[in-house]
Amino acid sequence: MTEAILELRSVTRVHGHDETAVRALDGASLAVNAGELVAVMGPSGSGKSTLLNLAGGLDSPTSGDVIVEGKRLGDLSRSGLAELRRRSIGYVFQSLNLIPSLTAIENVMLPRELDGASTRRARRDALRALDAVTMAQLADRFPDDMSGGQQQRVAIARALVGDRRLVLADEPTGALDSQTGEDVLRLLRARCDAGAAGVLVTHEARHAGWADRVVFLRDGTMVDETAPMASAESLIAGVSQ
Amino acid sequence: MSIRFGLLTLLQQRPMYGYQLRQEFESSTGSTWPLNIGQVYTTLSRLERDGLVVVTDEGDESQHVYAISDAGRISVHDWFATPIQPSAPPRDELAIKLALAIRTPGVDVRSVIQAQRTSTVRTLQEYTRSREAAGEDLSWLLVADSLIFSAEAEIRWLDHCETRLVRHAARATGSERPAHQPVAIEEGAKK
Repeated sequence: MTEAILELRSVTRVHGHDETAVRALDGASLAVNAGELVAVMGPSGSGKSTLLNLAGGLDSPTSGDVIVEGKRLGDLSRSGLAELRRRSIGYVFQSLNLIPSLTAIENVMLPRELDGASTRRARRDALRALDAVTMAQLADRFPDDMSGGQQQRVAIARALVGDRRLVLADEPTGALDSQTGEDVLRLLRARCDAGAAGVLVTHEARHAGWADRVVFLRDGTMVDETAPMASAESLIAGVSQ
Repeated sequence: MSIRFGLLTLLQQRPMYGYQLRQEFESSTGSTWPLNIGQVYTTLSRLERDGLVVVTDEGDESQHVYAISDAGRISVHDWFATPIQPSAPPRDELAIKLALAIRTPGVDVRSVIQAQRTSTVRTLQEYTRSREAAGEDLSWLLVADSLIFSAEAEIRWLDHCETRLVRHAARATGSERPAHQPVAIEEGAKK
């Protein structure tokens, strides 16, 4: 699996001008392949969220290119970009952003319906996505009647409904307790194992531990990254020696 | 480390041969601390000397079967009932390295910290994977969690060291830029 779903090429983002200019991200390059989960670590203000917003087309680079599934975001029209964001990219944020007046399944159906899918089709896709996060049995609950962990599962289902293959997560465990937070990461990991490309922004090392590769940011610059992991099989063999 | 209490605790379940003890010890701890058979027999003979285990008559000349004695059971009970207290802080090579790095001219301490952070995060990734591979083996899950939390603590400490270092440097140069704020670009800095 060497297909790059997300690619950043020398991406720089400068906020402000002249003396007040702040280089939030400075010449960052990164490729994330299908099946891969990459964690981005760094202190607050190091450029983690900027990187994620640029990767998701929510912000534009001052220079450099962001490429999602082979498309340069800079080349897309406004509507083309909106379409790509809906169809190819899933977002999981710290705040859950579920719509309180919609049930779990309606929340998950929403991006599919916005995309023009029929209600029946959207419902089927949503149910499958909820099932993947073991939330199908609570499909008709409203967010307020679910625990934080359940809401986050629904948010992940919404991020991955349809065939979106890039999932961007910004501190997705938020205020969840450590066990529930771990479940969320296990889920994200499973989605990547199933072929999605994932970028996880976190300041928690224990969460970065789930990634295939960890990239370190400092003052907008990538300062280091971990070597790619050996296959899981060889690790197990190593342990049972 | 308590191979002594480890073996004694296992013998409380049932009498065993030396090689069985080694297997059981390793499978209980996910092979995190491998034992060689020599260590097992040395420990067993000390335990026998101290009256905590006895050699049963089940084995033969070449292979003894060991069983726990009443004194051994009391010893195990006391072990579980007593918190483990290191007598002095263990010598920590990393802490010593960083403490000396800041006093050594020409050493870039932030690079030392980053190299260690990358390496420890990598170790953490491996622990996380092998824990997921452990399935439902509760003993091994607990050991793996312990390794993960230790690695995490080390990384948090490294983050803390770096913040401290940056603050210290800022104070020394009179600039009051907090450690975590992005650097403002100097005028005319090149793109």
